[in-house]
Amino acid sequence: MSARVAGARLDLWRGRLGWGVAVAVPLAFLGIFFAWPVVALVVQGFFADDGAGGRVLDLSGFAEVLSRPRTWRLVGQTLAQATVGTALSVLLGLPGAYVLYRCRFPGRTLVRGLVTVPFVLPTVVVGVAFRALFAPGGLLGWMGLEESFAAIVVALVFFNYAVVVRTVGGLWERLDPRAEQAARALGATPWRAFRTVTLPALGPAIASSAAVVFLFCATAFGVVLVLGGVGYGTIETEIWVRTTQFLDLRSAAVLSVLQLVVVGAALAVGARARTRRERALHLTSDRTASHPLRLRAAADLLPAAATAVVVLGLLVLPMAGLVARSFRGPDGAWGLDNYVALGTTGGRNTLSVTVWEALGNSLRTAALAATVAVVVGGLVALVVSRRPRSPGARRAVGVLDAAFMLPLGVSAVTVGFGFLITLDRPLGFDVDLRTSGLLVPIAQAVVAIPLVVRTLLPVLRAIDPRLREAAAVLGAAPGRVLRDVDGSMATRSLGLAIGFAFAVSLGEFGATSFLARPDAATLPVVIYRLIGRPGAENYGMALAASVVLAVLTATVMMLAERLRGDAAGGEI
Amino acid sequence: MEHVEIPRAGLAVRDAVVRYGASRRRQGAVAVDRVSLDVTAGEIVALLGPSGCGKSSLLRAVAGLEPLAGGSVAFDGEDLAGVPVHRRGFGLLFQDGQLFPHRDVGRNVAYGLEAQGVPRAERAERVAELLDAVGLAGYAQRSVATLSGGQKQRVALARSLAPRPRLLLLDEPLSALDRRLRERLAVDVRETLRATGTTAVFVTHDHDEAFTVADRVAVMDAGRLLQVDAPDVLLRSPASERVAEFLGLAPRPGEGDGEGAGDARKPAVTTSTGYDGT
Repeated sequence: MSARVAGARLDLWRGRLGWGVAVAVPLAFLGIFFAWPVVALVVQGFFADDGAGGRVLDLSGFAEVLSRPRTWRLVGQTLAQATVGTALSVLLGLPGAYVLYRCRFPGRTLVRGLVTVPFVLPTVVVGVAFRALFAPGGLLGWMGLEESFAAIVVALVFFNYAVVVRTVGGLWERLDPRAEQAARALGATPWRAFRTVTLPALGPAIASSAAVVFLFCATAFGVVLVLGGVGYGTIETEIWVRTTQFLDLRSAAVLSVLQLVVVGAALAVGARARTRRERALHLTSDRTASHPLRLRAAADLLPAAATAVVVLGLLVLPMAGLVARSFRGPDGAWGLDNYVALGTTGGRNTLSVTVWEALGNSLRTAALAATVAVVVGGLVALVVSRRPRSPGARRAVGVLDAAFMLPLGVSAVTVGFGFLITLDRPLGFDVDLRTSGLLVPIAQAVVAIPLVVRTLLPVLRAIDPRLREAAAVLGAAPGRVLRDVDGSMATRSLGLAIGFAFAVSLGEFGATSFLARPDAATLPVVIYRLIGRPGAENYGMALAASVVLAVLTATVMMLAERLRGDAAGGEI
Repeated sequence: MEHVEIPRAGLAVRDAVVRYGASRRRQGAVAVDRVSLDVTAGEIVALLGPSGCGKSSLLRAVAGLEPLAGGSVAFDGEDLAGVPVHRRGFGLLFQDGQLFPHRDVGRNVAYGLEAQGVPRAERAERVAELLDAVGLAGYAQRSVATLSGGQKQRVALARSLAPRPRLLLLDEPLSALDRRLRERLAVDVRETLRATGTTAVFVTHDHDEAFTVADRVAVMDAGRLLQVDAPDVLLRSPASERVAEFLGLAPRPGEGDGEGAGDARKPAVTTSTGYDGT
């Protein structure tokens, strides 16, 4: 055996070991901190104690919960809220995608950044902002929308507008304009060319973003809790109410199963749309597809007007309203009273920590969560971006891809709830993770991982496999190829991924609200407690704290976008 | 067809078979069908054939990028089965260069030397020498995004020559360029390969290009080798009508091949000077 062949054997084993670890670490992490809690939760719904320490299959919980009219009302409200929210997001997002990705105008980068901010704003902050907007005495108080279905839908569109604009815009930007030009040359009107050529090409991106938006709308938690008021609820909020207020774990488990069904269906639709999209369209690699915005032409004016209305009315107005209100003290006078009060624990000691202490907790947990999410998510993206030669391995990669996207859909509340019932003795070890303080960052990481994957994956997938071959032929060993090609190309979007993970962890509310101990409360939890308690003083503090949290998250995202520079890729 | 004697120096391909889309249940399509080919040290051989004839697959199999479903590839008498791409000491030039976009020209050329652990000073010297050889002296600091198509291919050629490969494989390196540039670069490529004494396999679908660059031309069709000979021998006595047809020597029955190679200008009757897509 020659030295070359012997070296090859060693390489082969080293490679196998490396990829083994890259697959095993995320699988183990998500297995313990995602699959297991969720499965335990499902089991809780299907089985009951038999009185002798064992468990028997018992579907009476289902029968009981499903026979309640309240359950069906909640299911109806969930579906209605998700459907209307998705439809509006797509309808408004399409012109936005056109204007922001297909046209050039001064300040485009700024507007693109502005549009992205809401997506990473903490749900609680958005809830508070819209509440302040629609409350009597608020800017839009005269509309009488306080605690209404409409208010919730508007808030959901506020969040998810960016998802549609970025996902569809990202594809539209690279779509070869010559197909549409060919249609125009064949006598089609602009509208007809758009409808018959461009729209079908965008179809998969639209479907994929719609599925994601539907998920986010169906599992929205903080917004619904803050804006919905009494009498309104979704499956998600009901799980929370059942667990924390009535300690009715069985009903909560049944509702979680119901939730999983809805989420699973939406994810399946999204996955199908994604695979269709990856069948390469006529994409141009250079950025010549955009043209200067022409306000004289109706084809540009209408989308531009729609986008201006949405950006100003839907995105800027609520945020401006929130900031303005935060400077009005409990007595209605303008001033910094609310911000000064952030050093206290609120009126009648509502909180166990001051808001600033909560901010410290938030930063610490988010840093930890972002680290975990980027390591695990980075490994997932790396593994899933490979196209192995054997069909079996390719299928396995496909399954992994879908599996790692699940946390995106499974609601944060379900994750938090699952943690509560499983991690008192993880894997039989006698360490109660629930009191260790590690649980909150881990839960936040689980929520952030799919976003990290979705940020890194398109960049890694876009690398021409021949670039790796070129490096290998030049004598680079597999590890070196990984570092020099994948590593160098992904570095910039890694910054964006870290930013995303950090921002999402900062604002995470659903899982955290289950898991955070009062003395280690994070900023979103504190904000929710403050608005839940009576008193103008607490409300004012909630507004000020929301502004602080919003500024912090927006800053993190702006920095991350900066790091990314002009590198392509990046959908939400 | 048992072992013919394997020459000690240079490349020896024996009964190579490459299949695509093969799995445990399916055989897959055969791209290369029991091809044998020898390239002696210092020789330049062109693989000529229409696209889809398997010439690129053969090249990739030699590089170690495609597994062999049968037969063997040996170099200097050593069987390369199980030797991964980066340990073969070969170079490969892609049709579109595949320069690393995040590295400047100099660092692209230096890449193979870095992988070999060549000291910095020596690396810089070699990079300058090669950029000079391809006519791009002083371009080391340039970003690859600022280069024209022809310049990119020159950089890619310099990059693949820098680590002094035992064998250079060129996969249609000029076909993405326009015709005049292609003709000029073909001459440059031959001169550079000759000057560096590089053993090379040059894949192309253009017979003029093949005749310009190569010492011997291997005509390939539907996965099999039809004839391997020096250009003048090929032109004088093509082994079959099919070979003559590729070389533009015989009038073709029709234009039914459906082969465009991205070039819309298809001459109705091919001449030995005209570019022939098929």
